[in-house]
Amino acid sequence: MSTETSAIGAVEGVSLYDVDNPAPVIEPPRKRTGKTPKGSRTNFEMYAWLFMRLSGIVLVVLVIGHLLIQLVLDGGVSKIGFAFVAGRWASPFWQVWDLAMLWLAMLHGANGLRTVINDYAERDNTRFWLKMLLYTATVFTVLLGTLVIFTFDPNIR
Amino acid sequence: MATPTLDKADKAPEPEAGFADSPYITATFRIRRFNPEVSDEAQWQDFQIEIDPKERVLDALHKIKWNQDGTLTFRRSCAHGICGSDAMRINGKNRLACKTLIKDLSPEKPITIEAIKGLTVLKDLVVDMDPFFQAYRDVMPFLITKGNEPTRERLQSPEDRERFDDTTKCILCAACTSSCPVFWNDGQYFGPAAIVNAHRFIFDSRDEGGEQRLEILNDRDGVWRCRTTFNCTDACPRGIEVTKAIQEVKRALITRRF
Repeated sequence: MSTETSAIGAVEGVSLYDVDNPAPVIEPPRKRTGKTPKGSRTNFEMYAWLFMRLSGIVLVVLVIGHLLIQLVLDGGVSKIGFAFVAGRWASPFWQVWDLAMLWLAMLHGANGLRTVINDYAERDNTRFWLKMLLYTATVFTVLLGTLVIFTFDPNIR
Repeated sequence: MATPTLDKADKAPEPEAGFADSPYITATFRIRRFNPEVSDEAQWQDFQIEIDPKERVLDALHKIKWNQDGTLTFRRSCAHGICGSDAMRINGKNRLACKTLIKDLSPEKPITIEAIKGLTVLKDLVVDMDPFFQAYRDVMPFLITKGNEPTRERLQSPEDRERFDDTTKCILCAACTSSCPVFWNDGQYFGPAAIVNAHRFIFDSRDEGGEQRLEILNDRDGVWRCRTTFNCTDACPRGIEVTKAIQEVKRALITRRF
């Protein structure tokens, strides 16, 4: 086959490739082969999927309620101060509300980000370290938030 | 050396005087060409052909290959929408070239044709289907039974047959799997076609390997990666409700546990 009859001629000069020396083809990321490891045989992915649906429903109530109370009702955002937070956290109801919101929102978001990393990180190393970073940040935030909610001292000075 | 009559049949008929309402139109086909023996880069090439808009894209590809450029490479076998060889991305959507009429593609604009995405392009419109069929093999798409083989055929009620009727229509053309954005990003995902073919056996009352198949799909690369974007349902040339089938497998997995 001569190059001038083909659509794809060398742009300039001689082509680098010929029949015996074809150009490399572009492989898709992480393609499936016979050596692809079999599944982990756990239900983790199913529980993660269910958790996303259930926590999502609960979070709609929690977050919209939270936003209404904090930003809209009774004076709006201007009323928020140390005293306002201290007053709310004096009640176990709001402690539980905020704790549930913290845990559900953090885990919901972290799991969402985990699936994004699984989808988009091509190399196993990138994937691993991004997820480690994500898990560290999640654990840190959840623990710190929980600590603050339970050990909050309104008389701090 | 062709005879004048043959010559005339080969060339698209000129708009002749007296035949003002000729069905032929001039359509531009913009085809993504790749030939690793010439260049490492793919490029678009335009072909202008005279064609009846009631013909199919596959007819246009044939006209181009037979009359204009014999190096154009594509797969096709039966040419009637059953073998599933000629799935390609036509005007940005995965379709079968042999089931897509040119009049449905607004042929006044150039019609773009490229290989399906997410699989290695080997030449022009031909892709390496191995990863696709590997996922198909991995869901064990065959009847699994226990006990002795019956001496006569395995009977099934019409209702039981109806349960998985939709997913028996799959022709393994890869139009769904190669339209799935999750598959584009991560080829480890089983992809819609493999799940459809697992569904076909999971919900078959004669089959006893459903538990095994569910276990295979109950994984990071299984049904839980589906984002229900419905690209697969849109792409399926057989009209299979692919996303619904995937959701039914998810539901079977959840109801099995709770």
